Amino acid sequence: MNNGDAPPGATGYADLPRLIARMRGDEKHSGAAESTVDVLWVLYDRVLNVSPETVEDPARDRFLLSKGHGPMAYYAVLAAKGFLDPAELTDWAGSGSRLGMHPDRVLVPGVEISSGSLGHGLALGVGTVFGLRARGLTDPKVVVLTGDAELDEGSNHEAITLAGRASMAQLTAVVVDNASASLGWPGGIADRFAVEGWATRTVDGRDHEALHRAFTAPHPDRSLCVVAVVEPKEG
Amino acid sequence: MPGMRDAFLSTVDQVLDEDPRVAVVLADISAGALRDAHARHPRRVINVGIREQAMIGVAGGLALAGMRPVVHTFPTFLVERPYEQVKLDLAHQGVGAVLVSWGGSYDMATAGRTHQSPGDVALLDTIPGWTVHVPGHPDEAVALLREALPGDDTVYLRLSGQSNARPRPGPGVQVVRAGSGGVVVAVGPMLDRVLAATDGLDVTVLYAKTVRPFDGDALRAAVAATGTADIVLVEPYLAGTSVHAVGGALEEVPHRLRALGVRRDAEVRRYGDVTDHDLAHGLDEAGIAAAVKGFLGTA
Repeated sequence: MNNGDAPPGATGYADLPRLIARMRGDEKHSGAAESTVDVLWVLYDRVLNVSPETVEDPARDRFLLSKGHGPMAYYAVLAAKGFLDPAELTDWAGSGSRLGMHPDRVLVPGVEISSGSLGHGLALGVGTVFGLRARGLTDPKVVVLTGDAELDEGSNHEAITLAGRASMAQLTAVVVDNASASLGWPGGIADRFAVEGWATRTVDGRDHEALHRAFTAPHPDRSLCVVAVVEPKEG
Repeated sequence: MPGMRDAFLSTVDQVLDEDPRVAVVLADISAGALRDAHARHPRRVINVGIREQAMIGVAGGLALAGMRPVVHTFPTFLVERPYEQVKLDLAHQGVGAVLVSWGGSYDMATAGRTHQSPGDVALLDTIPGWTVHVPGHPDEAVALLREALPGDDTVYLRLSGQSNARPRPGPGVQVVRAGSGGVVVAVGPMLDRVLAATDGLDVTVLYAKTVRPFDGDALRAAVAATGTADIVLVEPYLAGTSVHAVGGALEEVPHRLRALGVRRDAEVRRYGDVTDHDLAHGLDEAGIAAAVKGFLGTA
C-alpha cells in the first residue's frame, strides 16, 4: 500500500482517515465511502491533471463522481488536495454547509457534477468528451466513478454503448465493485463494457500500484473501463 | 411554405456553420435531415440512437464542456421519457440547453397516445428557470431559436405542425384585438382559430408565443385596459397549464378564469386527423367560440 509519498507538512493518504473521521456520525453510507477511498486517492494523487488552481481550466482533467452516495472519501481527498478547507468537513450536511450527503457542483469548487440519483454520471461524462472533442481538446481525461450496484440503472447501458461506439480514449469509467448489486453481474462487470468495444482492466481496488497502472497504461482509440474490486459490502 | 420542423432543421443546419459553440444532439428522429450537417460537422452533430436518457445526459456534458447543445426529438421522448435527466443533467448542474420538440400535443394523431405529449409544458413547470416558447408560425420558430442560441440558459422550443397564417414578430405578449368584454389569451398556434372564434365579439385578444416566463405585466395591462377581469386562456397543451401563472399575475385583481386546452379527464383513444383531436378537446373554432361566449355571457 502506498502512503501517498507526501512531502513533510503536506496532507497525504495517511491523513484521509483523520479527515473522514471529521465527518463520521451515524451516516449510513460510510461503507460506500470507504470503498472508493483508494481509487479516489490514486486518481487525485497520481492520475488527474487538476488542482485547486485549475478547476476552471478548459483543458483540466475531470473527475465525475456518478455514485454520489457516500461522498466522505471524496470530500476527504478534495480536502487533502487543497480543494476544500479541512475545517469545512466537520459541519458537513449541516444547513450552512456546502457539503451534502450528495455533492453539488454548483456549491463546491472542484466538484464536476452534482450527483446522488444513480446512473447520470456516465452520460454526462460521454457528453463532456464530445464537447471537449468539438473544442479540439483531445488530451484532457474524463474519469467517471460508478458502483457495481449503480450499473443496475439502465441509463448506464445507454452511455456504455454510446461511448463504445464513439471510441473515446479520453474517457475512463471506474466501477468500484463491492458486490452490492442485488441481482449480481453473472460473467463479470468488465464483459458488459468489453462487448461494446471498451478496453477493460479488473484490478484490486485497494492496490495503489495496480490502480495506477490500470488508469495510465495506454488504451488508444478505446474508452477504458477499470473495475476496482474491493471487499463485499457488509449486510 | 415549410412547416416549423423543416424551418428548424434548415436553420440549425446553417447555425452549425456560423457558431462553433452549437452542438446538435439527436436520438434518430430527424437525423436523416441533418446528414449533410453531420458530414460537415461530425463532432457537433451527435446522433445517440434511440437512447433518450443518454441524449439529455450528453447534452448536459456538452454544456459542462462549454458547448451550447440543441436537443431535438418528439416531445414525449424529449421531456417525458428522460424527465429526470432534464431535471438533473441540465439546470441542476448549473448548465443549459435548447430543447426543441416537434409534434405538439397530438400532431401525430394516427400514432396514438404514445406519440402525444400534452403534458410537456406542465412537466417543465416543475423545474425552475425554463424559458418556454410556443411559436405560432415557422418564422417565429426560427427567430426564437436564433435568440436562444447565444445564451447559457434552459430553453424549450415547442414546435408544432399547426400554425397561424402569418407570423407575429417581436417579444412579449401582443394585443391583437382590443375590446371591453373580457380578455382571451391565445398561445402559439391557437391564435388564428381564437381570432375566428371571437370574430364580432367585443373582447381583447392577446397573443403569447413565450409562456415562461409568463408576461404578467402585459396581462395586467390588458385586463386594466379592457375593464373586465374575465380571462379565457387557450393553450395547445394540457388545459390549465398556465393557470398558476395567470393567477400569480392577477394576485391582487379579483378575476374569473376559464382555461381551455387538452382535456385532463380522459385519454382520447382515437386516431384520425389532428382536426378530430381538436374537436375532441374543444380546441376547434366552434368549440372555442362556444366556450368563450358561454363564459363571458356574450352568447
